[in-house]
Amino acid sequence: MAIIAPGTAVPEIVLKREDGSDFTQADLQGRTTVLVFYPFAFSGVCTDQLQVYEELLPELAEKDAVMYAVSTDASPSQTAFREKLGVTIEQLSDFEPKGTASRALGAYFEPGGMTNRALVVVAPDGTVAWSYEGANPGELPGPDKVREGVAAVAA
Amino acid sequence: MAVSADPGARGPHVAGPPDGPHVVLWGDVTCPRCQQAVPRLRSAPVCLEWRHLVLRARGPRPRALAGALEAAAAQGAFWPVLDALVAQPGRTEDPDLWALAERLGLDVARFDTDRRGDAAAARIAADLRDGLAAGASGTPAILVPGRPLDHGVPDDAWVAALLAERG
Repeated sequence: MAIIAPGTAVPEIVLKREDGSDFTQADLQGRTTVLVFYPFAFSGVCTDQLQVYEELLPELAEKDAVMYAVSTDASPSQTAFREKLGVTIEQLSDFEPKGTASRALGAYFEPGGMTNRALVVVAPDGTVAWSYEGANPGELPGPDKVREGVAAVAA
Repeated sequence: MAVSADPGARGPHVAGPPDGPHVVLWGDVTCPRCQQAVPRLRSAPVCLEWRHLVLRARGPRPRALAGALEAAAAQGAFWPVLDALVAQPGRTEDPDLWALAERLGLDVARFDTDRRGDAAAARIAADLRDGLAAGASGTPAILVPGRPLDHGVPDDAWVAALLAERG
């Protein structure tokens, strides 16, 4: 499954915020959004990734960009994971129906039944500005990739 | 992902044969994989450079220990302190640090001031900035100029391949 291409409008999606409310494509309007797809809460390598990305939040805020982390874990697990990591990056759950939003964005890894390791940057008008998919779920995109994606919006 | 780095640039914390392959390790003393990586690279014939990758999310201790390393460096004892901290990760509380500084013959009062000083903070911030720019997505992040950034723990085969690559 190929990751959604730049220039594509984000289709209808429904994810759950940590407070249980819906997060849809309408929530992407008005500012830059960085969606970080990670395979599973509490799996080893994800731990580092979001802790590193947390360091980028001040510079993202300066660019009026907001970051969310997306997985197919249920919201309570995501919240526990976020708290364990000591990060503030809001979690979006693609739990039920499992993986539907991730599939719509090409960020689902079918062989593993999980979200792939991917980044999707959405411009304030709701179109994809930049996307990146790891060669495999074990490959972590570095913070330089996040910066590259956000820079693509300004370009 | 190729990372460009000036192969001639060296930070202040470098050990090993200067003509050996340059290996830059962004690390956190509290990270178990860094605790494994350091002795392996220290015993290899490489020119090892330590850079701090201190993440706020990991709480206050990584920063405190990075500060202790900078304070030790100010008295020429960076590597003995790093070796001791990674060898005994259960003995890294403040009284352990004071005892270690004393054992190494350091000026303990100065060590204690320096580790909270501006110079240490500036170095830690600069290392983080460079580590993020290099693409570090966790610790350890190991950079050999001309190669992609590596986040594994180097083993004997890794070192052998590096040395073989150099001919």
